Amino acid sequence: MNGLLKWVDARFPLVSTWKSHISEYYAPKNFNFYYFFGSLAMVVLVNQLLTGLWLTMFYTPTAAEAFNSIEYIMRDVNYGWLLRYMHSTGASAFFIVIYLHMFRGILYGSYQKPRELVWLLGVVLFILLMAEAFFGYLLPWGQMSYWGAQVITSLFGAIPFVGDTLTTWLRGDYTVANATLQRFFALHVIGVPLLLLVLVFLHIVALHKVGSNNPEGIEIKKTLDEQGHPLDGIPFHPYYTVKDFLGVMVFLFCFFAVVFFFPEMGGYFLESANFIPADPLTTPEHIAPVWYMTPFYAMLRAIPDKLFGVIVMGGAIAILLFIPWLDRSPVRSIRYKGNYSKYALVLFVISFCILGYLGTVSTTPIRQFLARICTAIYFAFFLLMPIYSRWEKTRIVPERISG
Amino acid sequence: MSNETRPTVNSDLPDDSVDERRRQFLLTTTGVLGGVGALCALTPFVSSWMPSAKAQAAGAPVQVDLSKIEPGQQVTVEWRGRPVWIIRRTAEMLKHLNDTTAQLRDPDSLVEQQPSYAQNKFRSIKPEYLVLIGICTHLGCSPKYKPFEKELGPDWPGGFYCPCHGSMFDLAGRVFKSVPAPINLEVPPYRYISEHEIIIGEDDK
Repeated sequence: MNGLLKWVDARFPLVSTWKSHISEYYAPKNFNFYYFFGSLAMVVLVNQLLTGLWLTMFYTPTAAEAFNSIEYIMRDVNYGWLLRYMHSTGASAFFIVIYLHMFRGILYGSYQKPRELVWLLGVVLFILLMAEAFFGYLLPWGQMSYWGAQVITSLFGAIPFVGDTLTTWLRGDYTVANATLQRFFALHVIGVPLLLLVLVFLHIVALHKVGSNNPEGIEIKKTLDEQGHPLDGIPFHPYYTVKDFLGVMVFLFCFFAVVFFFPEMGGYFLESANFIPADPLTTPEHIAPVWYMTPFYAMLRAIPDKLFGVIVMGGAIAILLFIPWLDRSPVRSIRYKGNYSKYALVLFVISFCILGYLGTVSTTPIRQFLARICTAIYFAFFLLMPIYSRWEKTRIVPERISG
Repeated sequence: MSNETRPTVNSDLPDDSVDERRRQFLLTTTGVLGGVGALCALTPFVSSWMPSAKAQAAGAPVQVDLSKIEPGQQVTVEWRGRPVWIIRRTAEMLKHLNDTTAQLRDPDSLVEQQPSYAQNKFRSIKPEYLVLIGICTHLGCSPKYKPFEKELGPDWPGGFYCPCHGSMFDLAGRVFKSVPAPINLEVPPYRYISEHEIIIGEDDK
């Protein structure tokens, strides 16, 4: 065994990679609850790839057969229901994990210098994940699949001059049709997953170059021992592999509780309208995207102008890219930032959750008004950040992580 | 080979020196030509996403018999995969079309959302029969036919209501102000082939 290892290591950087990225990769010793979600995102990704691969073995990507093949998976394929529910619950779990992962980044300033690129790659991953979820949502070819795709592809029609041609080009027909389903299938199972894997790799390479941030926002690489290892760092393996394993176990308990007992999650994970086959001539009475898209959808609806609404919705996602340069605070973590940053973050989270709720229900004038207020707060959080993060009184960050 | 080793105009350069200008020129031209080639190579990938010959052929005209439609009734037919509505408007409906002109974005149908022969206040060839593409101009949902006054609240004059984002249109498919949809519903090309039959998808030539 040792001989084989030596043979491989003479031809491939196996031992050195293991050491530099796992057994001698030093991470801050004070990771808390929020630091589970990076590794959990990887676990969910593997779940999606594996169950997705198996689902493609039974699914038929044509407008005529797609809906029936889902029923076939659910009723006739051995354990087909389990594979599908693991995949559909995995989609929602992915967004829960990623939203908490991103919240952690904002909470502890993990996007600040020198981790800007880690954050940027992460935002691109988030956008790709939404694209992946959107493409996948059309595949069951139910009513909500169909009209959701109709609405989202129509967004491109708001672009001046080329909008209509672009929409037809995306759909491959004059409306969402078989051609749309087939290309979304190809993008969902090959195109976007490949990009996701490449970007996850780059995300981790960029992270390991600069090292993880931590809840204190203290740079552990500043104080090293004689061997050059951070004094406040511990090797990723075995310390964090064991800790993350515990997180994975707890996560799997929750995940399978949903898969086995409420896979539809009261219509939030699987919408009732999607149990009706797609009908291009009738729109469902109430149309709403799956919960993870609703905050952005609520912003789109809040604006009574087509082009401006699309710009606001796109801007709400794109603005995440700029946060490393909007935050002018001398400290990273919310623990040492001033009161304005704390209030701003609380308001931001509340607004985002309210928008998420509003996106799931039908509009009334009062809800419309509320959605506009929350949209304004969402953007104010980012656009005013250069002001409040710079002029507030921050606390002094210690040199070392205590305890 | 002899060309490369022969001293250039700049004869004071030693033989093994690099002609930077020549190298830059070659790099630029190779880059530009290669870039153009790469863009041209995208053609099949981009073009294959446009509607196929089959999808274009499926957009053939549709013939509809109007005599079986009751006054006030809405009939939906499919043309190019999209719902096309035919509504037989009553005299009462036509009379009230002018009541709400002030609340409309484009009461005179100035935006080209209809063939020229339907650019009138009824937005149809014969006032009685309204032909519309039943796709909301906001984000492509299919609005609901709500023909009765006060059906959706005290101010509702009768028309179409989109359940997705709350856009409203009158009984000529004209959009109301302060809703997300920017323009009127589209009138498809159509023509009468007899007193009670129309063809959707063909202009009157």
